[in-house]
Amino acid sequence: MNRLHLHENWTALRTIVLKEVLRFARIWVQTVLPPMVTMALYFIIFGGLIGARIGEMDGFRYMDFIVPGLIMLAVITNSYSNVVSSFFSAKFQRHIEELLVSPVPNSLIILGFVGGGVARGLTVGVAVTLVSLFFSPFSLHSIGVTLSIVVMTSVVFALAGLINGVFARSFDDISIVPTFVLTPLTYLGGVFYSVSLLPDFWQGVSQLNPILYMVNAFRYGLLGTTDLPLTLSYAIIIAFIVGLYLFALVLLNRGVGVRS
Amino acid sequence: MMNAALEIRALRKTYRNGFEALKGIDLTVAEGSFFALLGPNGAGKSTTIGIVTSLVNKTSGKVRVFGHDLDRDIQEVKRNIGLVPQEFNFNNFEPVGEVVVNQAGYYGIPRQEAWKRARHYLGELGLWDKRKEMARTLSGGMKRRLMIARALVHEPRLLILDEPTAGVDIELRRSMWEFLQNINCDGRSIILTTHYLEEAERLCRNIAIIDHGLIVENTTMKSLLAKLDTETVVLDLQAAAPKLPEHESIQLRRIDDLTLEADIHRGESLNTLFQLLDAAQISVQSMRNKTNRLEELFLRMTRSTESGERGIRAAS
Repeated sequence: MNRLHLHENWTALRTIVLKEVLRFARIWVQTVLPPMVTMALYFIIFGGLIGARIGEMDGFRYMDFIVPGLIMLAVITNSYSNVVSSFFSAKFQRHIEELLVSPVPNSLIILGFVGGGVARGLTVGVAVTLVSLFFSPFSLHSIGVTLSIVVMTSVVFALAGLINGVFARSFDDISIVPTFVLTPLTYLGGVFYSVSLLPDFWQGVSQLNPILYMVNAFRYGLLGTTDLPLTLSYAIIIAFIVGLYLFALVLLNRGVGVRS
Repeated sequence: MMNAALEIRALRKTYRNGFEALKGIDLTVAEGSFFALLGPNGAGKSTTIGIVTSLVNKTSGKVRVFGHDLDRDIQEVKRNIGLVPQEFNFNNFEPVGEVVVNQAGYYGIPRQEAWKRARHYLGELGLWDKRKEMARTLSGGMKRRLMIARALVHEPRLLILDEPTAGVDIELRRSMWEFLQNINCDGRSIILTTHYLEEAERLCRNIAIIDHGLIVENTTMKSLLAKLDTETVVLDLQAAAPKLPEHESIQLRRIDDLTLEADIHRGESLNTLFQLLDAAQISVQSMRNKTNRLEELFLRMTRSTESGERGIRAAS
């Protein structure tokens, strides 16, 4: 690829990301505000009312313990839903064709949509963190781990949302995975509890859940405590990024869901 | 050596449901030409355009755009093509200006330059004042013009228009014709599919007719129209004609008391018709063509493979 095309591709990538960011920013009342309200309710009910009776978890106040998990929950669901809804509505309204007829390589289409998903995931993550400050003091054990884990996790779920969007044929199809797969896995991924509380068998089952590694690594970044080795978390997240990216690329190269 | 704007060889497309949309078509569109691709509904026009613009995967065959092979150099093929599709396919929830500027961005055009071009093309098409309005608020005619501006913003050498004036009123259609003729005069090659055969006859110098996935005619508009051996005119009379005169190359028939139809064979002049009518003391108040000439030919060529309603409309 020569320098001219590199420059063109960079412009194209910025265009897609900007378009995606403007899309969710225009409808911030639907995209950014609801997770802030929902998480505020989680903090009040689970952290404040119920948490006060639970006591400590892994040596932290229950409220402080659930903050990283709830931030991660918001990042995961928003990264996923931004890309799945944007990609599917682009298919539904057929304006995905604007990209398909242009010389933008499929790899950049993926990066552009993922960039938009990460932007929304992080925007909501920051917004929920600000809400959490009303309930829990801000704590940062490792800025490097915190940022790398939150960005990489956001990438994983933005890619997963894209793949869901590629296969989706109706609006029902874009809500099935978040409702029946994503939310249960996140809730069972140690958002509200430490897996060390579970019996051995269920600890083993929980370790098959990739979200557990992401939540724990993020909690380590903020609080400095984790149930699982950090390197294993990074390895799993990187493996998911590579696997999902390659799968998405094969789908777009074959034209699955977008070309007849 | 000048490359053809578009070269298609043995192009086939069979959809997953087994429908064979293209059965091995060959087509060449010369650089700089204004080319009409006509055919009944379902003949294979949109599939052909879909393959050339990478929206449809071909089953087999070769496509080259200005010498660039679709299989080997798809990015270069895409850079050279601008597409105005049949159906609206922009984001309805995006401002008009951004629809055009984003498209430019996909072709690597920096934002500042993209806005300059958007101003030019939206201005030419009478939409610059609407640049901040959401695309969904535009009228049907404006949406068609928006798609033309979007297709031109990266200044492609080949513009493909799939039914660009469908549902557009006659005044606007004529202004779009003028706009397209101007950009063709500037050297841009244009391929047009249309149901309005008057539009094809008026704008295009070359024509291909596709039917049932096969090219049944590929020639110049002039030589195609020369194949028409009769032309039918409708005559409105001032008074009822008691008896119709006879002539070997002009056949007259009565539609009602005050209306006649005359089939005039090629080579015969209208003067002969009027001399014939004069001699029979038949006074004509007005005269018009019964059908568009191209429409007549089109129906004849496609009727040979299938009869029945094709949904072809002629512009009034």
